[in-house]
Parts: sequence; structure tokens; C-alpha cells
Amino acid sequence: MAAPVISVESLTGARFSDQLLVSAKSGGCASSSCGSSTRPDDVDPAIWDKIKDHPCFSEEAHHYFARMHVAVAAACNVQCNYCNRKYDCANESRPGVVSEKLTPDQAVRKVIAVANEVPQLSVLGIAGPGDACYDWEKTKATFERVVREIPDVKLCVSTNGLALPDHVNELVDMNVDHVTITINMVDPEVGAKIYPWIFYDHRRYVGIQAARILHERQMLGLEMLSARGILTKINSVMIPGVNDQHLIEVNKWVKQRGAFLHNVMPLISDPAHGTHYGLTGQRGPNAMEMKALQDRLEGGAKLMRHCRQCRADAVGLLGEDRGQEFTLDQIPGELTYDAGKREAYRELVADERRDRLAARSEAIGMVKTTSSGKSLLVAVATKGGGRVNEHFGHAKEFQVYEASPIGINFIGHRKVEQYCLGGWGENATLDGVIAALEGIDVVLCVKIGNCPKDQLADAGIRAIDAYGHDYIETAIAAIYAAESGVPALAAIA
Amino acid sequence: MAFKIIASQCTQCGACEFECPSGAIKFKGESYVVEPQKCTECEGVFDTQQCASVCPMPKTCVPA
Repeated sequence: MAAPVISVESLTGARFSDQLLVSAKSGGCASSSCGSSTRPDDVDPAIWDKIKDHPCFSEEAHHYFARMHVAVAAACNVQCNYCNRKYDCANESRPGVVSEKLTPDQAVRKVIAVANEVPQLSVLGIAGPGDACYDWEKTKATFERVVREIPDVKLCVSTNGLALPDHVNELVDMNVDHVTITINMVDPEVGAKIYPWIFYDHRRYVGIQAARILHERQMLGLEMLSARGILTKINSVMIPGVNDQHLIEVNKWVKQRGAFLHNVMPLISDPAHGTHYGLTGQRGPNAMEMKALQDRLEGGAKLMRHCRQCRADAVGLLGEDRGQEFTLDQIPGELTYDAGKREAYRELVADERRDRLAARSEAIGMVKTTSSGKSLLVAVATKGGGRVNEHFGHAKEFQVYEASPIGINFIGHRKVEQYCLGGWGENATLDGVIAALEGIDVVLCVKIGNCPKDQLADAGIRAIDAYGHDYIETAIAAIYAAESGVPALAAIA
Repeated sequence: MAFKIIASQCTQCGACEFECPSGAIKFKGESYVVEPQKCTECEGVFDTQQCASVCPMPKTCVPA
């Protein structure tokens, strides 16, 4: 591909230096001249236009673009058994958790500070820590003020749906074109086990009556959004023994009502979080149980598999959280938005994405024609940009892809504790990493030491560092072809 | 009579402030506080006290 006109370092700082555009392989599609769109073949052009910069709505976009949440909506009208907003820890990553709540004015300052420093920023979301539609005045005030400063930022809300129907017209007026609704059930009997109470129409409801009202409001809200052309993502928390099998039904209902994406997330229920489920010993699903359910849902409403269940004040690419760099005490009182970095980054990314998409479709085509019938689960250490560009020991998560006769598909991620700190690997940590990689056939990374490589091999996982800085799909296709007896060189040529 | 908020248990979510029909609840210092002179316990307006009904913390918004 063409050499970048501007250096990435100047845009993103040293920490992203090898994230993008480095070591782009020569000999691939000459991207800037081939003129192809960056749109994947299976996405409608009008929809692609809406999702192409939204990391949560497009798996492809999440390699390049960042979101930020501002924690302005603290009040909530539903109590969920998996939520406890009292607990707050800066090191903890889960929905509903924030370090500091913001007023709309503070939120505007924070958004400008982030936009000036994080060129990948494309989306501003309000996801609580309460409910964005219930605490509506704060959500609305924040969006109105931010858009005056940064007109091209995409606006997004996340809601439990109870107050959603009351605000659909205003969402349309404010150009909010992405909404996430958390829907855990379509049967009030199931709902009564998840929601102890709701506050609706000036009173508290409990039990089946509460769940029925919530269900009806969620379906109404979803239908209203679909009718207005707003893209919806449905989040469902998978709670083993409560709603795990029921989510198949939920998927059907939301698909019928026009949901764009369905995101099934594992229950987080650490007793230390003080949630009802945490305290009563309700367990969450393991990675293979999650995958089994997601596989059963294929063919229904399209699945989101790249969710990281982020905090209500998260900042950055989905796999990272730079929120601690942008706490209020670090943000100056007076700030002016400078569009320069974001604009320059977008130009760079446009070329890079074209190149990657061409490489990706070539790789997928190759896997499809390799008639081995095998399925291979590959865990990739990456810092973003859709490349194998992270060291094994530095990875805090692995992105998991499945190569099979239907192509190469992103199927999720595995969070791990960073194995290598200050140049030394911890054995106890490595055991945890290996446990988290259960079911994985191959690990791809830039570099890995002999010791962890051998221990992975003992656990039946092959670690390969021969494809450093290649596109993820290109590397996977090469390995898949080699597995199937096709010479690897032919595969990556 | 009036309601009060037990500050040590308050999550400062602010739902009570905007649900209060009397404008009796304000954020002061570290917590939301009910002004006893303004609080009507929602009598004649709603069947239940709005602040206590919406509060996510048990036994935090209680009769003074």
C-alpha cells in the first residue's frame, strides 16, 4: 500500500506506534489505487454508512475506532439482580461502574479533552451508570452541548427500555442513530427472576407485574426505533439456569422487531461486587458455554461477539480503557476542540481499511476453498488495526477467530491477566492464561518466549510468532492452509 | 412529617431529586438532602413517597 503521508506517531503517540500502518506487506492489493469501497460485501450500503465508524456496531470498525462513555445518567428506574452501582473500583471493568459521575458541563469538557488526545474517538455514548432514558434531562443536555462543539461525533445511548418510548422522537431529533436496549427476557416469569422491581408511572412495581410492564415497554421501544430507522443493538445477559435457553426466544422476538444486532454477554457475578446474584452464588457462564449459545443463535438476529462489557465511563478502543487518563482533575477548565488529529487519523485509516479488507476477503476466500472440513480456533494477541501486533506476555486479552469451511469469523475474546511484567513472566499468571485459552488450537502473537510456548504446547495449544504485524485473517488463512496440507508459502503469497 | 436520606448509604444517583413533586430534595455537599419544610410526603399527589419508591438502596430514604 502507499506510504502514509503523515506519521502515525504524530497522531497517536508512541503507545500506538506499531498499531497501524506499520509493516504493511508489499505485494497485497495496492489499496489506494484499487478503488474498492471499505464496505464488506454482506452489508447494505445505507447501513454501512451508519456503522462504519461505530466500534460496537461493527466488528470491523472496532479495530480502528474508539468510543467514550460519559457517566452523566446516574439515576435508574429498574433494579437488576446483576447490578450494584454502589460499588466502585477503578480497576474493575463492568457495566454500571464509574469512578466519578459528571454533570453535563463536566462531560462536555471531558469529551473535548478526549477528542483532542484520542484521534480514534468516533462515538460518544451514555450508558448510565443508571439509565440514559430515565435520567433523560442530563442525557439530553449533554448531547446538545457536545454536538455544538464536535458536530461529527456519533451519539449513542444504552437503556433498559422502560422509559425509552417516551424519548424516541427526541432521539430522532438529536440524530442519535444507535440505541442499545438490554433485553434479558420476553417472558415475565423469567423476568421476575432477574428484576426485583421497577419504578414506572410514579410507583414501584414488583414481581411478574414489573417484568410484564418492562417487557411491553421494551418491545414498544424497539418497534418505535425500527420504524424510525434507528439502528438497535440488543444486549442480553446470559444467566445460566435463569435465561440461558430462553435467550433463543429473545433472539427471535428482537429479530422480528427489527433489531440490528444481538449481543449476548456473560453474567458477571463476583460476590465482592455486592450484587444479588453475586451474593447468592448465581454463577456466570464459561467461555465455551457462551460460544455454544452464540453458535445456536447464528442465523437469527445478527450477533455481536466483540463486546468487552465496558464501564459506564470507559474511554478508548474496546479492548483498552484509558478512562484513568481523563479524570476531571486532569482536565483543564477551559478547552477548545481541535479537529486536526481526528481528521488526519480518519484519512490514514481509510487507506488502511481498504487494504485490510482486500487482504481479508482474499484470506477468507482461500479458507473457503481449502476443502479440509476442519475447524480451527485461533486466539490473536493484537493492539488493534486488525493485525497480529502484540507480544504474548503483554496481551490483556486475546481475540478469538474460528477458521472453518464457512470462512474466518471473529467469535469473541478471552480476557487474561498480563503474563509478562517488567520483563519477567509469572508462572501462576501463565496457568491462568492457559486456563482462559481453553478450547483454543493456535495462539498468534508477535513474539513469545520458549517457556510459555512449551507450556502452551503441553496444554495442546500451539503458539506461533511467525506472522507478526500481518493482518489477522491473512495469518489465520496461512495456518489453516498449512494444517490442511496446502503449502503455507502458496497460502500467503 | 417529612422524609430524610441516610447519607452514608446514598449512591447519589439523584433520582429522588427529579421525582420529588415538591422540589424538596437538593444535592448538598456529599449527599442528597430533603428539606423538611418543603417535604409533603407526597400527600395528595401520589399514593407512595416518590423518593423512597425510586431509591435503589434499601432503608435509605425513610421517615424522619
